[in-house]
Amino acid sequence: MRHNRAERMSEDDERQQSSPSDLEFTSNKARNCNATGSGSGHPEFQSPFPDQVLENVLENVLHFLTSRRDRNAASLVCKSWYRVEALTRSELFIGNCYAVSPDRATARFIRVRALHLKGKPRFADFNLMPPDWGAHFNPWALALAKAYPWLEKVYLKRMSVTDDDLATLAESFSGFKELVLVCCDGFGTSGLAIFVSKCRQLRVLDLIESEVTDDETDWISCFPEGESHLESLIFDCVECPINFEALERLVARSPSLKKLRLNRHVSIGQLYRLMIRAPQLTHLGTGSFSPLEVAGQGDQEPDYVTAFAACRSLVCLSGFREIIPDYLPAIYPVCSNLTSLNFSYANIDAEQLKPIISNCHKLQVFWVLDSICDEGLQAVAATCKELRELRVFPIDAREDSDGPVSEVGLQAISEGCRKLQSILYFCQRMTNAAVIAMSKNCPDLVVFRLCIMGRHRPDPVTGDPMDDGFGAIVMNCKKLTRLAVSGLLTDKAFDYIGRYGKLVRTLSVAFAGDSDMGLKYVLEGCPQLQKLEIRDSPFGDAALRSGLHHYYNMRFLWMSSCSLTRQGCQEIAHAMDRLVVEVIRSIGEEEMDDSVGTLYMYRSLEGPRTDAPKFVTIL
Amino acid sequence: MERRVNYQNDLNLKATELRLGLPGSDEPEKQSTPCIRNNKRSSSEISEESRSKSSYCVTEAGKDDHQDTAPPVKAQVVGWPPIRSYRKNCLQTKNNEVEGAGMYVKVSVDGAPYLRKIDLKVYRSYAGLLKALENMFKLTVGAYSEREGYNGSDYAPTYEDKDGDWMLVGDVPWEMFISSCKRLRIMKGSEARGLGCV
Repeated sequence: MRHNRAERMSEDDERQQSSPSDLEFTSNKARNCNATGSGSGHPEFQSPFPDQVLENVLENVLHFLTSRRDRNAASLVCKSWYRVEALTRSELFIGNCYAVSPDRATARFIRVRALHLKGKPRFADFNLMPPDWGAHFNPWALALAKAYPWLEKVYLKRMSVTDDDLATLAESFSGFKELVLVCCDGFGTSGLAIFVSKCRQLRVLDLIESEVTDDETDWISCFPEGESHLESLIFDCVECPINFEALERLVARSPSLKKLRLNRHVSIGQLYRLMIRAPQLTHLGTGSFSPLEVAGQGDQEPDYVTAFAACRSLVCLSGFREIIPDYLPAIYPVCSNLTSLNFSYANIDAEQLKPIISNCHKLQVFWVLDSICDEGLQAVAATCKELRELRVFPIDAREDSDGPVSEVGLQAISEGCRKLQSILYFCQRMTNAAVIAMSKNCPDLVVFRLCIMGRHRPDPVTGDPMDDGFGAIVMNCKKLTRLAVSGLLTDKAFDYIGRYGKLVRTLSVAFAGDSDMGLKYVLEGCPQLQKLEIRDSPFGDAALRSGLHHYYNMRFLWMSSCSLTRQGCQEIAHAMDRLVVEVIRSIGEEEMDDSVGTLYMYRSLEGPRTDAPKFVTIL
Repeated sequence: MERRVNYQNDLNLKATELRLGLPGSDEPEKQSTPCIRNNKRSSSEISEESRSKSSYCVTEAGKDDHQDTAPPVKAQVVGWPPIRSYRKNCLQTKNNEVEGAGMYVKVSVDGAPYLRKIDLKVYRSYAGLLKALENMFKLTVGAYSEREGYNGSDYAPTYEDKDGDWMLVGDVPWEMFISSCKRLRIMKGSEARGLGCV
């Protein structure tokens, strides 16, 4: 039955929200793990003492348990452990904001200090979902305000946050310390202004890849006067000019500031002024890295090299949003200490990269544009022996653009960077041979995301589909948990994934496969699968049915522009009552169309959500 | 082999087109209207082909035996390649800036025999722009006020925005102005004075 299935689930992320409600007991039933007590069901004869001692001991022990997977396991031992675990969980992670309601979450976990909440599915980033779909932070903000007055930290990803929500956060929690917003939207500079002015204990304000409306409010000036506790201020995604003088004063009175990432409206001259005030920085986002346009001709340029040299603790460098490559040599003094370098907004070529990268022996994370070409990647491979994560983004993100990087670059990286764990690689051409080489040279790969930008593109050398390349990855990379496939792929590729991808948790598929068998292989073969996002692939209702045994183990399934029908999705909805099955219509589609534009389905304890917009039908 | 004709989206002018080639010889089918997502249409198109390609319209030369070899033009597909629009926009701006440094717009003055061009990027505020215009055309535009437009002279600076409307210079924030201004016109005389009363 469904409840048994939920209990038997593999250990995955959101166990706390999928525990069936029958675990929340109200009667004084036997306490199973009470070895010394009577264990019978008569409260009036039960001495509370041994139970209480045990629970106190348990509480103290469970405080040390930090991993949420461990905590999820502990909560399933018995009711007593469930209760104590709920009392002691201080960091609450919710991978899908609709899987559990704010009230249910706050009722179970009563001493939460930090909340980590995720909303929209990832494909929403690529305009595949109409705006205003949901993931509103507001009901959560209100519930948190009531339940956790001591709340210190909120981390949100792909949520809609309003200015009012920011005000709620600032006003409801006197000890609030950290706010991290990743890929969020719905708020503006006025919300930020209110937030920073009222959060007197703020240590961390990180705005990462979020959309911030320009209400023309000078939010930087709204930080309270006097010494600030700021440790991290990240606002490189904020696309409006800021009051630089106020920022400079803020940095000057923030002795604990370690992380500062500026937006592109900060010039290199201004960067200099900030750096000399904060040589203790460990993470720096350099802003535009170019001078102001209307700059005096005869002015003396500041000594940028010395400013960088003074930052002896700098390990993470990013920014370079409008880089003038002439200024690049300024960063030489820090290269040998860098563990993370983000050039993904810097249009530089191989010749400009080489002098920098040849000094970056300790580099572990490198994000870059394909403007460096295969030659640049060869230079990376030659020096960065400690590289763990590589991301190569396209400077021209169109299908038919020229591709400066190819299998040559990938091959070089695989040979030079043997410790690679995570790769995201955009290219126009790739061979099976290079992918197979990487699967053998980099056995530690956990994340392999290859995006061949031309759809359905085969191996240009052999003419074959890319099945064997991805097959080798799942076969040889035994730690692989995340995979994104591309190029011409037949059902065979999915057969490989189902057969060998036993640890795969996240799979992204686009324009791939021949028939329902492809999806069947994956749903039947990958027991750890939690997040499956598919677009434009010929998978239909029969394939969807083959996953019924597994959907309660998953966080979500996304299928857009596939071959699903409304009837097929309806069947799933009827068969599984704890699954929310959303059919999302795009512009121009009629409500009673039989074919389904986008299917987004996820497990939930709450049933259909009440805030769904008109273009969403919940079956 | 009979080419599939498509009556659903366009007038199928191809069928009535006069060409010099023999009947039956023609270029690969090209769609001019990119269709984003239209499952119904594509499912009716599936005949011999087993794939369903639903979110784009053009069949591909590689898989279709009876097509000619010239690669077809691919319609740009929504959300592909999977790059966040923020990143796309940042790099787009860079490309534009690199190719045509400066933002030159035409400036006309009522009564002047020829137009001038200025680079809006050089200025950082309305003050700088208006001063430059005054110097260039040897005139004064007077003081700007929200209620009354430009007072103190016969001239009023206006601009044509992206929608084709003529607007008074100074009403919107500077950044918004330079991104929507297509050309400038300095109006003179009774027309100019009339603006203050609108």
